[in-house]
Amino acid sequence: MDNKLLIKTFEPRKENMLNILHVLQNNNPQNFLTSDDIKLVANYLNITYSSVYGVAKYYTMFSLKPRGKYVIRVCKSPMCHMIGNKEILQEIENSLEIKPGETSPDKLFSVEETECLGRCAKSPVLMINDKTFTALDKEKIKNILQTIRFDEQNIK
Amino acid sequence: MISEKRIALKNAGKYNPENINNYLSTGGYKNVKKAYKLNPSEIIDLLIDSKLRGRGGAGFPTGLKEKFTNESVCNRCIQKYIVCNADEGEPGTFKDRVIMEQDPHVLIEGMLIAAYAIGATKGFIYIRGEYTDSIKIVRNALEQAYQNGLLGKNIFESGFDLDLEIKLGAGSYLCGEELTLLESLEGKRGYPRIKPPFPAEKGLFGMPTLINNVETFAHIPYIIEYGAEHYKSIGTANTPGTKIFTISGDVNKPGYYETALGVTLRQLIRDLAGGVKNNKKIKAVLIGGAAGTFVDESVMETPIGFDTLKEKGAVLGSGAIMVMSEERSLFDMLHSILEFFKHESCGKCVPCRIGTSQLLLIMSDSKKTVSERKTILEKLLYEAEYMAKSSLCPLGQSPIIPIRSINQFFNDQF
Repeated sequence: MDNKLLIKTFEPRKENMLNILHVLQNNNPQNFLTSDDIKLVANYLNITYSSVYGVAKYYTMFSLKPRGKYVIRVCKSPMCHMIGNKEILQEIENSLEIKPGETSPDKLFSVEETECLGRCAKSPVLMINDKTFTALDKEKIKNILQTIRFDEQNIK
Repeated sequence: MISEKRIALKNAGKYNPENINNYLSTGGYKNVKKAYKLNPSEIIDLLIDSKLRGRGGAGFPTGLKEKFTNESVCNRCIQKYIVCNADEGEPGTFKDRVIMEQDPHVLIEGMLIAAYAIGATKGFIYIRGEYTDSIKIVRNALEQAYQNGLLGKNIFESGFDLDLEIKLGAGSYLCGEELTLLESLEGKRGYPRIKPPFPAEKGLFGMPTLINNVETFAHIPYIIEYGAEHYKSIGTANTPGTKIFTISGDVNKPGYYETALGVTLRQLIRDLAGGVKNNKKIKAVLIGGAAGTFVDESVMETPIGFDTLKEKGAVLGSGAIMVMSEERSLFDMLHSILEFFKHESCGKCVPCRIGTSQLLLIMSDSKKTVSERKTILEKLLYEAEYMAKSSLCPLGQSPIIPIRSINQFFNDQF
């Protein structure tokens, strides 16, 4: 759906800003908020560009620069850290040849580090877009990435 | 051997959380109906009498919070609000997620009863953005509650109205602090507010607001059903009732377990979590999350409650229990915690913004000899102490908690 129509599903009140930003970001194939999106929200809520920008910039789930189709968020909280998230992150870095904060050249993947995802009984964990993957090891994450790549090639 | 005692998780796993009819056929919402036959003040008295304490970490008496919000009046107060704090971000904690995913209706019931007691007709459930499953399930539960007339106008023909709405967080631990959560709910950056005024007086949009944790709300229907005397017969004198403990780390059966308070760490780890993995010894247990305390053997037999742990220099917090076996490194774990605080500091107050970086800098200097590590610990204590004294909100006041506990329990093993 077009963003201009999408935003109308919300009442034009400032307290809806976070919900609106989530929806706009999810509607972007590259999982980020464009400056047009920020302008659209500012106009719709009748507030300044900077007050929308300030909010979008503050919250770590929002990105103001293009990301991959799949955003991988690796939990680095104390429990995942203790059980071994380093190994998982290493495997992702090797496989995709990118570091946290970067996007792969084919624009398919972005990698980020995130704080506790609340799945500590099944550490280490990560999220890919809105799906959570738990009790990971090297093999598992390899398979997950391969499956995504395979699906993407089939789409093409 | 101890076993589980379930209050907040009483219905969890017993019905399909996506189908309200399934829940209604087993007596769902009957406690709301029962509560709406009482006067609001009777409900508040019942909650005060039950001695229910907030399960989010601070342990403030829930009944009193409701009383203050109920009595809060001012000329411009045209609306009272009820807010559920479902921004669960404390490392090692996932109790609220389990409640929302398995029994979303107990949360709605708890909010319906509390809203009626304080006279709030509008409410929000603030769920962290990463909890995509919880968001989906609670959203669906709200829709179905509306369809069945359990939300909206004239609920159970009591003349009472309540509208509930979901608001999403977007990756800020600090927004789990109640005043910061209200800022975020208003569509602003998650910066803490100065306290007082407390939310009961001046909360969301400056109006009287009751804000409780998911687990706290989940206890209210039970108290309505069985009464205060019965509730007080469970748990300890100062902290009655049950608590969900989320146990992770080096145990055979990590997971969530709800038991009566007064249980010991030893019982939780041995009887419920299946003991330590590979029969190793325990080096430390981190209880309460990142803003929690590392404890040793000397706390293993203490009956758990907010006050009993405090007397020992430990905290109950959110009920997160992270077990570290003998081969784990306290230094490494503390480093990870301090990285967490640095990442989550909002930057509003200088002592916290610079302090959290400073603490990490001190630790980056990780020399191996014991005496050198002792100097590091002393420096950490010094820095964290003045951060705690000069920061506005609980985040800047938190790093001292795990650091002090290491100094108290593991001074020579750090």
